[in-house]
Amino acid sequence: MDIAGHYNFWVAIAIMMIGLYPVIAKPNLVKKVIGLGIFQTGLFLFYISMGKIDGGTAPVHFPPAARHPQNYTNPIPTALILTGIVVAVATMAVALALVVNIKRAYGTIEMDEVEEIDHRDDQR
Amino acid sequence: MPDFLLINLILLLMVTLTGIAAVRARNLLGATMLMSIYSFLMALVWTNMDSIDVAFTEAAVGAGVSTVLLIGALVHVGSEEKPTKSIHWPAMIATVATAAALLYGTVDMPRFGDAHSPANANPVSVGYIQQDVDKVPDASGHHAQRPRPHGDYFHGHVPNFVTAVIVSYRAYDTMYETTVIFLAGMSMILFLRRRKDAP
Amino acid sequence: MKDQMILRVGMKMMIPFILVYGLYVIFHGDLSPGGGFQGGVVIAAAFILYAMIYGRDEMHKVLPRGLSDALVAIGVLIFAGTGTYGLLAGYRFLDYTPLKPSEPGGAEAWGMSLVEYGVGFTVSMVMVTAYNEITEPAPDERKTS
Repeated sequence: MDIAGHYNFWVAIAIMMIGLYPVIAKPNLVKKVIGLGIFQTGLFLFYISMGKIDGGTAPVHFPPAARHPQNYTNPIPTALILTGIVVAVATMAVALALVVNIKRAYGTIEMDEVEEIDHRDDQR
Repeated sequence: MPDFLLINLILLLMVTLTGIAAVRARNLLGATMLMSIYSFLMALVWTNMDSIDVAFTEAAVGAGVSTVLLIGALVHVGSEEKPTKSIHWPAMIATVATAAALLYGTVDMPRFGDAHSPANANPVSVGYIQQDVDKVPDASGHHAQRPRPHGDYFHGHVPNFVTAVIVSYRAYDTMYETTVIFLAGMSMILFLRRRKDAP
Repeated sequence: MKDQMILRVGMKMMIPFILVYGLYVIFHGDLSPGGGFQGGVVIAAAFILYAMIYGRDEMHKVLPRGLSDALVAIGVLIFAGTGTYGLLAGYRFLDYTPLKPSEPGGAEAWGMSLVEYGVGFTVSMVMVTAYNEITEPAPDERKTS
């Protein structure tokens, strides 16, 4: 139970769970999208915590101040998460477009009311 | 290093509290503002952890464009959420079970900040930075070490290692991520654009 | 928004600087934190700000819908085209060496910059398109703004 060595990972998992709960539990679609955004950011925090090095510096190199290679923050998780963030906002934009279309089609964005309207239309 | 630890703990506490508040807010416009604050605080957390490219992207994208898109959607959709009962027990049980499984998985992970963990000491990362440091010329044009002949595996000798990784070592991944963003743009047009002659 | 004098005058002075900063971030992606993705979002922020203050019709005069759609595709084509040029010249796909065959290090810098410009185009125009489509007024609520 190495708290000082693992606390960042535990906080990242807590943030992920804070984001996961509204995706399952809340019927409002925009609240689900917000929860998904929080989940994604918690996941990125988990991933980037693996690349941090004690006493390191940012992964940009100016020649007079060269350091040992293991004194720079690991650039590979950073590179992977960077494109992940922009893709995450692109998918959030598509999700919001779908929410706007559901509102136009059903008149509401609460999932229980949408299911009720569907159920009524199926029974007709 | 107590200063890193202190700033990290304070920022993570603020991030968690803002996340909980954003989830519980019933007025969706307030929840959007809290999401914007949350993204900005996350950018500060990442700056503190020395991942500055990620912090830059999160500040521009999360606290900027994402907020504008959410508010734009709220104009069409309505910004009050219907009140629900307070705790949805199946969801809470599923969330706690997932959290327990993930926490069990982190028990034998390497220490946070370890320079010799498998993620940080593998030949790709170390070799990449070492070759980059050797080959970037300084102001007078000298290299720190004689550059190896053409045919070495790690390309991209520019000062910013992260850009070198994205655009040169992993250029194939970046090409497809750009394609994914392009597809998102196309989906927006297909879903929401109305033709001028449509009823 | 058109009647708010402070917003209009202030933003009219700030938007060129935001655009120049976005271009700076793209061009200096190799030397300092930044790159195509970040710079693209900053440029999109400048256009979105213009649309918010002056109205969508004004922005469509500056950046017509056809142009932004075309630039989204052109950005991806620049990226894939650089890769295919490497393939057609006899090297591997996305190998930047044929851009400057005499000096492989310089060719790397050329290829990386070119590809970042493509990414910047695509990301900025997709963000502007997303804003345009989401804030389009529905036919029954078209207002005179």
